[in-house]
Amino acid sequence: MAIDTHAPRLDETGRHRRLRLRRRGSARWSGRPGVRARWAKNAGWYIFLTALSLLVLYPIWMTIVRAISTPLPYIDEGQPLWWVRPQWDIFWRAFTLGDMGRAFFISAIMTTVIVVAQVLTSVLAAYAFAFLEFPLKRLMFVVVIATLMLPIEVTLIANVKTIREVAWLGVDSIQSLSAPFLATAFGIFLIRQGFMGVPKDLRDAATLDGFGHMGFLWRVAVPVARPIIASFIVVSFLSAWNQYTWPRAVTETSSWNTVQIALREVSTTRVDQLNIGFAAAIVAALPILAILIIFQRHLIRGLTAGAVKG
Amino acid sequence: MSTEVQAEAGEHAAPAPRRHRTSRRTREALVGYLFLVPSLVIFGAFFFYPFGRLIWLGLHQQNRTGTATRWVGIEQYGEVLGGEEFSQGLWHSVQYLIYTVPLGLVLGLLLAVAAHRRLKGIKIFQTIFASTVASSVAVASVIFFVLINPQVGKFGRVSWLDLENPDSALFAVSLSSVWQNLGLTFIIVLAGLQAIPDEIIEASILDGFGPVRRFFRVTVPLIAPTLLFLVVVLSIFALQAFAQIDILTQGGPAGSTETLVFKIFNLQQPAKQPIGSILAVGLFGVTMIVSLGQFMILERRVHYGN
Repeated sequence: MAIDTHAPRLDETGRHRRLRLRRRGSARWSGRPGVRARWAKNAGWYIFLTALSLLVLYPIWMTIVRAISTPLPYIDEGQPLWWVRPQWDIFWRAFTLGDMGRAFFISAIMTTVIVVAQVLTSVLAAYAFAFLEFPLKRLMFVVVIATLMLPIEVTLIANVKTIREVAWLGVDSIQSLSAPFLATAFGIFLIRQGFMGVPKDLRDAATLDGFGHMGFLWRVAVPVARPIIASFIVVSFLSAWNQYTWPRAVTETSSWNTVQIALREVSTTRVDQLNIGFAAAIVAALPILAILIIFQRHLIRGLTAGAVKG
Repeated sequence: MSTEVQAEAGEHAAPAPRRHRTSRRTREALVGYLFLVPSLVIFGAFFFYPFGRLIWLGLHQQNRTGTATRWVGIEQYGEVLGGEEFSQGLWHSVQYLIYTVPLGLVLGLLLAVAAHRRLKGIKIFQTIFASTVASSVAVASVIFFVLINPQVGKFGRVSWLDLENPDSALFAVSLSSVWQNLGLTFIIVLAGLQAIPDEIIEASILDGFGPVRRFFRVTVPLIAPTLLFLVVVLSIFALQAFAQIDILTQGGPAGSTETLVFKIFNLQQPAKQPIGSILAVGLFGVTMIVSLGQFMILERRVHYGN
């Protein structure tokens, strides 16, 4: 705990506030309550914030209601805000019925492969850029930056051709789902930033203690940069789990669908079975929702990297 | 402190002979490239090689099985980039950008300003506002399927959300993106607001700035770099929109939601690949122009502080 400032504070509306105690790290995110029991004065804000919350949550709520309700009676009742003839086992059924369980399995493996590979390749490359001198270093850095301008949507056609031509890749495989994402410029930049925070003293001490590059990397640099690497892992997981365009392009049989691609089936399902698709969408978002809640701090640091100065 | 002294002492104690130092430098370069190789292999195989291949494909024609190619030259680029397929796809993508970026930014800013205050339980509201970050494009599309699908959606028959009307379909689809990106926009703007030093806000109050004037004259200029970043990111998202269209409209009605990426995706048969490749090169160019243009126009008006 550290005292944030010694001056009387003013909030957005200009009223004086007492000193605020700020916990390091999480304090940026959580506006801590200043003066207790200003409920009456703040009622207006609470009403406004609640209204905004309802607006943001409304689409999710309607999907949950829709998933739980029996489809045809729900439509007959005029699509109310509450469920009609609820089927509480729908979320479990969405998971076990048909290809959804398998899709989760494939998504999980694909995501794991991508995240692990991205961390390894990014840590190594970031180490080279942060600590080593080698010829054409600047050019190599420009090469890494240039990849940011070549998203998968641009290179799609040629990459799918490669997948079809190379025997050990091939459509409908974990290799093809993950191959273009095994390295990422974002990870290299982010982790390089983390490595640059390693004090020079620590490097010299490590060299003196006889650490080689591998020893210094895994025993000193990675532990020091751990918070940033954690942020990267969270964002990497998020984007791997959620990706759509590429898996859609390299999947031909539905048994190789990832979760996101399996969700597409709502557009072709019969009306009386739509609740399963809606439940699947909710279940598909759960792993990410869990991460949002558990690793909130890391997620926010990862997402805001580059966006906010200082 | 002591380690520094030790390190210096160490260097003095054992001055390395020159030959040994050069070999160490070579070794360092070797290790550097060894560490870069895994990333460079992926970047080469799945970023640069395919980009070169797109350009090459655009210069050729292919038969239906892709077994024979014939050189047709650079004119094909002129034909395709000047043709209707590209201009139509580009127009839909640009429309999508116009529908999603300003609206998404304003709503995200509204949420962030509303939630940037010290209230009991504000963290709950902040978590709710950030929550749409958990939904993927596909999940957001299914959620909006619930709302605006013409057959079963609650608002499927509202005229300005009609997915079966070419005039409203793209806008209706775009709302799913606006909603989905709210969480990300909120998180980033809020972080920007929280980075503003309190003294600046206090000083502006002492200068007699009211809340509205303070917002437009102090807060917005100070978070301008953050907003610029978001404009670029959201624009790129918009230009890459695919899943929403694939799930909600499949390009219809009457091709009115066929964005550039949707068209590229559907030009993958060998005979059509050259056209698709040129569209992809066009998408690359447009993305570059949009992000560079935004930087150049907005950069001059952005206050980076420091």
